[in-house]
Amino acid sequence: MSALAALARLRAVREGRAQRLTTVRHCHVSDRPMVFVPFQLAGEAAAPLAAMVGTDPGSPRLLVVPQPRDRDLRFAFAAELAEVVLPYVEGFGKVTETVERRNADPYERCLDAPQLVLPNRQGVAFTGLLGRSTRFRRPDGPFPVHPSVPVLGRWLTFFAERASYPGSSLTLAATDALAMHWASGQSDLEDANLAALMGWIDPPPGRTGLQAAEEAEDPLLWPPAGPATDPGFDNEVLAPAIEAYAEAPTAAAVERIRQAVRSQAEPAWRLTWRALELLRALPAGGSVAQRWDYDRGAFTDFLTRTAEGAPPQARRDGAVSAAARLARMERARASFDAQRAYDDPLVMAEYRLTGEAFAGNVVATEPEHTEGEGRSRKLRPLVTVATADPVRLAPGTTLGTPDRRGQEAEVVEVEGGTVTIKITKGMGRGKTPAPGAVPEVGERVCYTSVTDDFQAAAALPEPEMTPWTHGGPPPEYVPTDEDAGEEWS
Amino acid sequence: MKDRLDALRGPVPPLAHDARAIAALAANPGCARRAVLDAAGVDKELTARHVGFPAPFGRSRFAITRGDAFEAQVKESGCAELLRLLREVLHLPIPEVAYHDVSDVGAHLRHSHTRRLIDRAARDDGDAGTFYDHPLFALEIAGHTSYLEPDVIAFRLGGRFHVVEIKSFPVIDGQADPVKVAAAARQAAVYVLALRELLRELGHDPMRASHEVVLVCPENFANKPVAALLDVRRELAVLRRQLARMARVEDLVASLPEELTFDLARDASGIPTRPAAELADALGAVAARYAPECMSACDLCFFCRDEARACGSTDLLGRHVRDQLGGVATVSEALALAEGAREPADGQDEIARLLRYAGELRAECLEGLELEGAR
Amino acid sequence: MTAQAAPEPVRSPQAEAAAVVEAVLADLPRHRGVVVDSPPGAGKSTLVVRAAGHIAATGEPLMIVAQTNEQVDDLVERLAAEHPALTIGRLSATGYRAPERVFAHPNVRVAGKVADLGDPAVVIATADKWAWAGDRTWPWAIVDEAYQMRSDKLLRIAGCFERALFVGDPGQLDPFSVVDGERWAGLSWDPLQSAVSVLLRHNPHLPVHRLPVSWRLPASAAPVVSEAFYPFTGFRSGTDHGDRSLHLTAGGMRTSYDLALEEAAATGWALYELPERHTVRTDAEAVEAVAVLATRLLQRAPVAVSERGEHPVGPSRIAIGAAHRDQVAAIRAAGLPPEVTVDTANRLQGREYDVTIVLHPLSGRRDATAFHLESGRLCVLASRHRHACVVVARAGIAELLDAHPSAEPVQLGVPVKFPDGWEANQAVLTHLARHRVTP
Repeated sequence: MSALAALARLRAVREGRAQRLTTVRHCHVSDRPMVFVPFQLAGEAAAPLAAMVGTDPGSPRLLVVPQPRDRDLRFAFAAELAEVVLPYVEGFGKVTETVERRNADPYERCLDAPQLVLPNRQGVAFTGLLGRSTRFRRPDGPFPVHPSVPVLGRWLTFFAERASYPGSSLTLAATDALAMHWASGQSDLEDANLAALMGWIDPPPGRTGLQAAEEAEDPLLWPPAGPATDPGFDNEVLAPAIEAYAEAPTAAAVERIRQAVRSQAEPAWRLTWRALELLRALPAGGSVAQRWDYDRGAFTDFLTRTAEGAPPQARRDGAVSAAARLARMERARASFDAQRAYDDPLVMAEYRLTGEAFAGNVVATEPEHTEGEGRSRKLRPLVTVATADPVRLAPGTTLGTPDRRGQEAEVVEVEGGTVTIKITKGMGRGKTPAPGAVPEVGERVCYTSVTDDFQAAAALPEPEMTPWTHGGPPPEYVPTDEDAGEEWS
Repeated sequence: MKDRLDALRGPVPPLAHDARAIAALAANPGCARRAVLDAAGVDKELTARHVGFPAPFGRSRFAITRGDAFEAQVKESGCAELLRLLREVLHLPIPEVAYHDVSDVGAHLRHSHTRRLIDRAARDDGDAGTFYDHPLFALEIAGHTSYLEPDVIAFRLGGRFHVVEIKSFPVIDGQADPVKVAAAARQAAVYVLALRELLRELGHDPMRASHEVVLVCPENFANKPVAALLDVRRELAVLRRQLARMARVEDLVASLPEELTFDLARDASGIPTRPAAELADALGAVAARYAPECMSACDLCFFCRDEARACGSTDLLGRHVRDQLGGVATVSEALALAEGAREPADGQDEIARLLRYAGELRAECLEGLELEGAR
Repeated sequence: MTAQAAPEPVRSPQAEAAAVVEAVLADLPRHRGVVVDSPPGAGKSTLVVRAAGHIAATGEPLMIVAQTNEQVDDLVERLAAEHPALTIGRLSATGYRAPERVFAHPNVRVAGKVADLGDPAVVIATADKWAWAGDRTWPWAIVDEAYQMRSDKLLRIAGCFERALFVGDPGQLDPFSVVDGERWAGLSWDPLQSAVSVLLRHNPHLPVHRLPVSWRLPASAAPVVSEAFYPFTGFRSGTDHGDRSLHLTAGGMRTSYDLALEEAAATGWALYELPERHTVRTDAEAVEAVAVLATRLLQRAPVAVSERGEHPVGPSRIAIGAAHRDQVAAIRAAGLPPEVTVDTANRLQGREYDVTIVLHPLSGRRDATAFHLESGRLCVLASRHRHACVVVARAGIAELLDAHPSAEPVQLGVPVKFPDGWEANQAVLTHLARHRVTP
C-alpha cells in the first residue's frame, strides 16, 4: 500500500464514497463476459450446491444440486454447467486471425476470447477445485461420466490458473478488479465482501458508502457472494429444504431449494454485472489491448491442445513446469507493473512519490551530444528536467519514459530540483536526432526507473532430463481409472 | 489480584478457556481490552451481544455434521483407520495398538484418569503403542485451571507421546488452507503444552510429548483420511509467551478504575440486566487496539470497530495503511495535514510533507477527470 | 577416529576449522553432493578457494557458480592470487566489463563463451550466465552462496555437472519472488525454495558440514549472532576478546553520538536509541542520526587493531545497512563520503566491514510484517562487522514485539524455518539493551 493509496482511503472515509486509484482501466472487459456465481455446501471440500451462470444479466441460468452429498447429482450438475460453459468457450474458437512473427512461422489466434467473471477471489479458488475434481474423469471405463465433464474440468482449471497470472483478464474476480481501480473507506479485508466494496463505490441514492457497506454486512439484506453460504441461511432455510428433499425428492422439493438458493445468488449476480458496468465505463489503459492479445494467444493455445486430446493438467507442477511457470509469471508481473505506470499518470505518481520516477518541464537540452569517437561515435542527447518530485535515483540508473516508449535513458546528475538525463537507446543511427525524438525545452516529461526491460530466462531441461538435485526424471503421467474414479463425496 | 479479576467479571464462574480460546490469545496481544477480559474470564460473546454488537461467527450445521462424522470415522473400531495412517506418517511398523477411551469413567473423573493413564504409560518402557481417546488435560491460565477437552487423541509409542488433531478441512493434492492449518497447529500446541505440564507434574521428562503433531484431514474430495506431521515448535514458543503475558495483566488491571466491572448483572434465569450503555462505557474504560484482522478472531470486533469509527481512527483502514501514515492516528488529522489545514506537530513534518505531496500528485493526475463526470 | 571415551581436548579454533575443511575435502569424492553451512565470516571463500585448488589438482575440470558478478570477481581475484599456476576462465555476459582486479592476473581469461576461454582448469560465472553456457558436462562444480540461490536457477544448471560442493550461509535472507508462490508450497522442488533445501529434500543422505568458527565476527559479536540466528548449530569466534580493538584516536565532545561510538568501540555494540515515536519509513531523525554517527566516526579517526595488525578505519571500511531501498536512498542523500557503503540487507549479504551502522528494521514502526521480522534480514545487518556495530532505532521495539500478533499461515510439507524471526529479534534486542545510549 502506497502513501498515495492510503490518502485515497482517507478521502474515501471523509467523502463517504470510494476514490479513484487510477485514471484508466487496467483490465480488459469483454463485450460478452460470462458471469459465474458458484456456491458450495459448507464443510465439504468442493461440493457444489448451486451456481448462477450466463452471459445475459437478464436471464441467468440457475443450476442446483438438491442433495449436495449425492455423487450422481454432482456429476449431473457438472454436465449441466458444461452445457452452459463449453459452447460459450468453444464458440470463440470459430473466428481466428493470422499473426505474423519475426523469425518464426505465422500462427492462428482467436479473434476474441472468453472472459469468466466471479464475484470474488474465493469464487476463483472454488472454480479451480471444481476443475480439479472433474478434469480427470472419463466418459468410459469403470466410472463413466458425461463426456463434457472432463472437458469442463480442464477449462475451469485453465480459468483458475489464468487468474493468478499477472495482467491476465481471462478470469476476473470482481472484488480484485474493483479494488485495483478504487480505494474504499474500509480495510482491504473488508473489501473482499463484494457488496460492501460496491457500497463504497456505487452507494444507493441518499446513502453514504459507509451506510451502504454496513448494510452489506447484514446477510439477510446482502447474502454473501459465495462460494460460502451464510451459516444462518444454512441452518434456517437450506437444511430444512434439503431434508424435505431427502424425505421426498419431488419437483416441489427441488423447487423449494431452488428458491432458497436463488435468493442467495441473485444479489451477487446483479452486483457482479454492475461491477463490470462500472469497470467498462473507465477508458482502457494503453496496454490493455496488448495484454488481451496475450490472453487470446493463451486461450487459443489451450483450445488447440484440448482439441488435440492433450492430457488433463497435472495435479501439481513438476520441477520443470513449476520453474517455467514461475519465470512466465515473474515476467508478466514486471510487465504489468511497468505498463500500468506507463499507461496511467496516477499509478506513475506512486513511483514519483517514492522517488523512483519524476515528472517536470524540460529546461535545457543538448540534442546533438555524442559519446565515443570515430565509428563508435554515438548520439547521446542530454536533457535537463526541472522537477518538484523527491528524486531518489542514483547516477547511472536506467530510465524509461511513457512519452517515448522505444527510448531508454540514463541518469547523469540529480541536483536540487533538476535532473539531467542522457538518452541511450532508440536514437537511431543518424548524426542528428529525428524530429521529436528529443524533448523540447518547455515540454513536460516523465522518466522512471521502472521499466519493462525483458531479460529472457535461460532454457530449462526437458522434464525427462530433470537433474538429480531435483529428484531426477519424474515418472510419466498415465491417466488411470483410479484418477477417473476418485471419490467425490 | 484474583479478587480484582473476580470483581471485573461479576458473580459468575470464569468462562472456561478451551484450546481454541487459548490459541486465540496470540491473535492480538497488543489489545489491553481483550487481555483484561480474557484474564478475568469474561464471556465476550455474551458481552458483545448485550451491547448490541453480536459476533459474526455463526457455524453452519452442515459443517458441524461433517466434522463430527469425519472424527467418528477416524476413531471407528478403536482408531483402526488412524493406526494405518500413523504407520504411514511415522514410518513405523506398529504391530498393534491398545485403545483407551478415557471417557469410560465419566466426566468428573476424566482428568485424574488421564493423569493415571499417562503416568502409567510414561513409566512403561515397552514399545507397544496406545491411543488415549477423550483425554482431559488441565492448564493454568491466569490463576484459573482450564480443562482442555480435545477431539484429540494422545498417542504413545516407544515412550513418546504424539498429539493427534482431527480436522475436517481437506488436504487436496498435498495442500491445505494455510490459515486453517495454522489454526490447527496453534490449537494442537495447547494440547502439547498441557501434556508436557502433566508429564512434568508427574515427574517425567516433559519433552517426551513430541512437538510433532499428527494432523488428520480428509484427502482430496473424499472422506478418506490422510495424515501429515506438523512441527508446532513455533506455536509452542508463541503460546508460552502469551501465557507469560497473561500473568503480567496485573499491571493493566491495577491502572483501571476501582469500581470498574463487566458484570452483566444476570437475573435468576441468567438473562443480563445491566444497562447496555453502562456496559459499553465499562468496556470503553480499557483501551482496545482494533485492527481489521479482529473480524476473524474476536467476539468484540464489531463493538471495537464501531468505536474506532466513532473516533475516526486510521486503524480502521488496516495495519498497512496505518503504517504508511507514520504516527497519525485519526483520519481527520491525516487529511488536515495533507491539505495543509493543520500545522504539523513535533515530529510530523515528514508525514505532513509526504501526504501533502501525495495530495498534490492526486490532484494533478485527476484534474479533468472530475469534469468528465467519471467516478 | 578413536574409540576412547575421554573428553575431547579443547582445540584451537584454527585446528577445529581445519578439521572441518579436511572432512569436507575427504567427503568430496565419496558423495554426489556435499553441503557446507557457513555462518557469517566463517571462511566460506577460503574453503571455496581451497576446494578449487584441491579439485584442480586432480586434473579434472571444475566449474564454479556464484550468484552475482561481484561475487564472481571476488572469487576470481582470490583464486588467481592464491593459485597463480591455475588457469582460470571468467565467463561473462555481453555488456559486462570485468574490473581491473580481474584483468590484473595473467592466469585469468575473460570471455563470453566457454569455447573462447581456452580450456582452463577452472571456469567461474554467475548462475544466470551458466544457464546459457551450453551443454558441456563438468565432472565437478562448486556452488557458492547456495542458500541465496533459488532452486529454479539450480534446475537450469544442475545438468552441467556430475557432482558438486554447495557452500552458503543458512542464516541469511531467503530467496524471494515478486509473484505469489503458494501454488508450489510443499513441493520438494518448490522453485522458490533455496537450492540447498531442494537438494537436501531429494538427497537427504548427503553430508552437511558446518564451519565452526567465524573469523570475521569479534568475540563480542559471535555469541550474540550465534545464539540469535544459529540456535541449533552455533559457532564461535576465531579471535578472543583481547585480540581485537577499536580506538577512536581523535578526541570526542561528549555528545550522545560520541558516547555511542565510544560504547561501540569499547564493547563491540551500541544501540543509539531515539525517543519512541511512530514514523514514516524514511524517519528523518533516524536517517540523520545514522549519517551523523558515520560522519562522527570518521572524524574520530578510528584505528582497528586485530590479528592482521593495525590500520586506520577509512570510509571504505564502514557500511550502513537498512531494510528498505528508500531508507538507503535517504541515507545516501544525507551527504556521506561516497566511499561509505550504504545498502539494503539483501545487497550487503556476503560483505565485510570494520564498523557497521544499522538502521533497525523495526525502528519507528507500529506493526511488524513478516518482511521486517525476517530473521535473515537482521542477521545480515548484525553480522557484517569485524569490530563494532552501532544500531540506530526508536524506542518501542520491545513493545512492538510484545504486541505482535502471531498468525502466520502454515503450509503442509514445508519445513519450519528456524530461528523464528520474533525470537531472533527479541534475542538481539535484549543484548542491545545493555549498550543503550540515548540522545
